[in-house]
Amino acid sequence: MARYALRLVAIGYVSALLLVPLGIVFRRAFADGVGPAWDAVTTPAALHAFWLTILIALIAVPANTLFGVVCALAIVRRRFRGHGLVNSAVDLPLALSPVVVGLALLLLYGRGGWFGSWLFDHDVRVIFALPSMVLATIFVSLPFVVREVVPVLREIGDEQEQAASTLGASSWQTFWRITLPAIRWGVAYGIVLTTARALGEFGAVSVVSGRIAGRTETMTTHVGERFEAFDLVGAYAASVVLALAAMATLLLMTMFQPREERTR
Amino acid sequence: MIEARGVTKRFGDFVALDDVSVQVPGGSLTALLGPSGSGKSTLLRVIAGLEAPDDGDVLIFGENATAVAPQKRGVGFVFQHYAAFKHMTVWHNVAFGLKIRRRPKAEVKERVGQLLELVQLSGFAHRYPAQLSGGQRQRMALARALAVEPKVLLLDEPFGALDARVRKELRAWLRRLHDDVHVTTVFVTHDQEEAMEVADQIVVMNDGRVEQTAGARELYDEPANEFVMSFVGPVNRLDNDWVRPHDLELTRESNGATRPARVERVIHLGFEARVELELDDGEELWAQMTQEQCEELDLEPGSRVHVRPRRARTFASTQP
Repeated sequence: MARYALRLVAIGYVSALLLVPLGIVFRRAFADGVGPAWDAVTTPAALHAFWLTILIALIAVPANTLFGVVCALAIVRRRFRGHGLVNSAVDLPLALSPVVVGLALLLLYGRGGWFGSWLFDHDVRVIFALPSMVLATIFVSLPFVVREVVPVLREIGDEQEQAASTLGASSWQTFWRITLPAIRWGVAYGIVLTTARALGEFGAVSVVSGRIAGRTETMTTHVGERFEAFDLVGAYAASVVLALAAMATLLLMTMFQPREERTR
Repeated sequence: MIEARGVTKRFGDFVALDDVSVQVPGGSLTALLGPSGSGKSTLLRVIAGLEAPDDGDVLIFGENATAVAPQKRGVGFVFQHYAAFKHMTVWHNVAFGLKIRRRPKAEVKERVGQLLELVQLSGFAHRYPAQLSGGQRQRMALARALAVEPKVLLLDEPFGALDARVRKELRAWLRRLHDDVHVTTVFVTHDQEEAMEVADQIVVMNDGRVEQTAGARELYDEPANEFVMSFVGPVNRLDNDWVRPHDLELTRESNGATRPARVERVIHLGFEARVELELDDGEELWAQMTQEQCEELDLEPGSRVHVRPRRARTFASTQP
């Protein structure tokens, strides 16, 4: 009896907070049929927003994957000054509101900011352009790979790596042949979470991008802009695309991750 | 020959190795024996290059290897918990060192085949480590270490994680393997029986220092100090004398040199019997004898006996 009650609570909670709102988004998007929804997501502004979002993710995700693996190796395998500081600083993006991140970037790179005037003099555009949007996205999606890989590295220990070195493998060979295969599912899971976070980022990007339609709009800010312009079908249809992208990443993850590997 | 000269290693305030010098003859099978924390594993890891000593040198066949990376020392290392490459099959585990060295495919294939036969795992080439038993994993780790034809084979408590029966089998097997392959081998153990059964030479370590280096027989009969005496076999303390339980002679009659005692308990262990005694001055000790001797003396709890050490040792500095 208690088991069913627990199940009911879990399903009820997920439905009320997740499934029902998502369902409404889908219903509203297609309220006038598929045609208008399709037209709404194929306007030049919408297409540009999709492309820009994908471009940002294509830069931010590999950057954070590389940084995440290196950082996790440093945290677990090395003892150095400031070890604890690095370990806690990695979690900062999880605690900090993205809007604050956006404002901080604005203060650094905006006109009158620390680097802003120098950049302006040299005709380099960061704020209200792609570089600041990439920076903001990298910042907010930074912890995921690190946090997924650190526990896996701890669990596998360093004996396999030591064994490889006594067998003649250089540190580079040991990394590619021993360490990376051993942490691959942690890295994959980290990449999925990073991608999801990068696609869904709104706050920081919204502040630094200036939200110029057809120029610096991402999928999320495009949804916001359409909503504010009372184009409900446009806003909902773009939301559906976002939701589908998120589901696709999750689906990819479950497909690539065999059951036995997870429980091992 | 492998030589450690004045090796010192500290971990923070803890001195793991305190000016240790050890010589391992080429082709020998040497055991590093000691309780946990005695520095035996650290010494092995220093020889392998997995730890850098704070002071002292490591020489491998006359060459100073102290600054040489573990990759280039020509050592094979076997870990207590196997350190199997979990994502590779047995075959690829064993082939790893050869592939790193870019040996021709045909040679790799032949060598791995030979080694798997040597460690009796030919039928398991395509299994993953998770599908093997502990003993099989350790034999795979041995084959992997031997594949690169190391000058020195180092084993860190190789049988420590295995159950008693498999341990015994693998010990005998290691001894036979060493007689066949003849690679200079050093292994770490805390089990004095294991060291005595397998090794030509035993280095007894305690508190980061070497207490004695000798063969099994000499170590047992001529221990250098109390620590070695009590670590390599059971002992009784009689005033300032150290006596092995089988060197205690029990008689029914006093003969002047004996001391009176009372039997507390008699334990029958098949061939052997153990007799727990309390001397009249309150000191407790135990004697080891054959079942037959025990019956002749007709011992049972409460019996009055007289005790004399047949052979005893006294050491210059007596531990408190």
